[in-house]
Amino acid sequence: MKTLELRYVWEWPVRLTHWFNVICIIVLSVTGYYIGDPFVSVSSTSSYVMGWMRFLHFVFAYVFTISWVVRLIWMFVGNQYARFPAFAPWASKAGWKNIARTFCYYTFVKKELPHCVGHNALAAMAYSGVFVLFLIQIMTGFALYGQFQPGGFWDGAFGWLLPIFGNQGLRLTHHIVMWLLIGFAIHHVYSGWLMDVKEKNGVMGSIFGGYKFIDPDED
Amino acid sequence: MMHDPEKSLREGSVSEEILQQWEARGIKRRDFLKFCSVMTASLALPASFMGQIAEAIEADNRPPVIWMEFQGCTGDSEAFLRANQPTAAELILDYLSVDYHETIMAAAGHHAEAAKHKTVDEYKGKYIAIVEGSIPMGADGAYCTVAGDSALNIARKVCGNAAATIAVGSCSSYGGIPAAAPNPTGAVSVSEAVPGATVLNLPGCPLNAENLTAAIVHFLTFGKLPATDRFGRPKFAYGKRIHDNCERRGHFDAGQYAEGFGDAGHRQGWCLYKLGCKGPETFHNCPTVRYNEGTSWPIQAGHGCIGCSEPQFWDTMTPFYRRLPQVPGFGIEATADKLGLGLAAATAVAFGAHGVASALRKGDETDTKVKKED
Repeated sequence: MKTLELRYVWEWPVRLTHWFNVICIIVLSVTGYYIGDPFVSVSSTSSYVMGWMRFLHFVFAYVFTISWVVRLIWMFVGNQYARFPAFAPWASKAGWKNIARTFCYYTFVKKELPHCVGHNALAAMAYSGVFVLFLIQIMTGFALYGQFQPGGFWDGAFGWLLPIFGNQGLRLTHHIVMWLLIGFAIHHVYSGWLMDVKEKNGVMGSIFGGYKFIDPDED
Repeated sequence: MMHDPEKSLREGSVSEEILQQWEARGIKRRDFLKFCSVMTASLALPASFMGQIAEAIEADNRPPVIWMEFQGCTGDSEAFLRANQPTAAELILDYLSVDYHETIMAAAGHHAEAAKHKTVDEYKGKYIAIVEGSIPMGADGAYCTVAGDSALNIARKVCGNAAATIAVGSCSSYGGIPAAAPNPTGAVSVSEAVPGATVLNLPGCPLNAENLTAAIVHFLTFGKLPATDRFGRPKFAYGKRIHDNCERRGHFDAGQYAEGFGDAGHRQGWCLYKLGCKGPETFHNCPTVRYNEGTSWPIQAGHGCIGCSEPQFWDTMTPFYRRLPQVPGFGIEATADKLGLGLAAATAVAFGAHGVASALRKGDETDTKVKKED
């Protein structure tokens, strides 16, 4: 019988940006899908369905970008679980050990749980990838958005992507990354649930309150 | 300072002398004024520039023009010969000195070639080169030769010594259809084939003759090519998206889309977005200038834009009747959405199976009792 202790792991900016990201990804995926494939057609010319979808998409794009920037800043000023070294387990020997251990658990090779205070190594690597995907969405999104005004701010900031990827290439990338993020979200919720059940560390609750149950020996 | 409309009108007026000269050449003063005002408007200049434009067209030192055609279909020449605005074709063809144009010149063979070389030598750095069609780089340029010389050599010589080169149509601007995958001849644009040349791109399939005329008038008036965007296109003609000036834009914002050609929405002139219209990714002044004497243009006629004036046209704008290109490496029927949905479903199934296996697995759970940290 192990004795776990309650520890404050996720600071409030981490939790806040997490939930902003959740809301943004849901709204941006639904409105973005509609913009790409308008599945609702209306009969009245005085409607403004696509207009509102695009408006929501752009507003939440700004919110999402701010959330991303805040989280980026917190990678430098947050606690050890929020800082960027936590997201690069491949950079340390202990990290590699953690990668192997988590991988063996997930693939049913061993029964020994990874037990991490912050993210387990595989989760951390997934989040690094997702953080990059977020950036790709922001850059491709604003490059496409900037086309309404060539020479304007967003065109100046990200318009240089156009000659590299091509206009349609940017669109396709923006579209495919949305699906990758939806795939990630499914995996993310499942893994959280699995670890909550198996580790009994309250990981699902921790993203609301910030506290996890930690085995002091594993620290 | 207050804006004085009368002053700018005076500045914009065309002198009686110029009008009389054009009348003597058989062009009505009304038509000439119309031409000058259309050019001023096309170039997005204030009305006060009209006088300056009239004088520039009138001047005697108009540069000679050499029009070369390589891997093209003559569609741009056709479009130009049908230039609509009041006698624009006459103006440009009669009073610009078009010394070489394979389709319309009277001379043939050695005489034509001699005229071209003479212009290049005599007016070095002063003439305008116009190129229609892409330039093949494959097989040392052997895929396209004129009078025994490769398109590449001709372009290097003629464009390299020109005051300015105007690439007309998508092929000479960006490679166009000849450069579409797998690009068997290694076709490239003029600016890629002759990197040192001063090139203005006027893409379009075909180009809009109005934009060519306006670009030439700009050159005559100001002695330089108009300001361009990052793809070498003049901002006056390619500065706005088709989508943002489209007459069907209201239907797009409302959420009214034609689902198929000939359906109720299509007959009512609804937005062609779901029929693969590429207006949202294409920069051109088609909606405002239109084609064939302002008669119509593709979207007005009921067909979506195919993005013919964009770089990488053909490859990235196909399939024409779908919004997005194919996902590289997947079959013709696989759209990004189908693949994405498949990915999401596969993820859900995989983790569902993992979950069942994990639920059945015993003895890996932490055996715990909680101690409160304080």
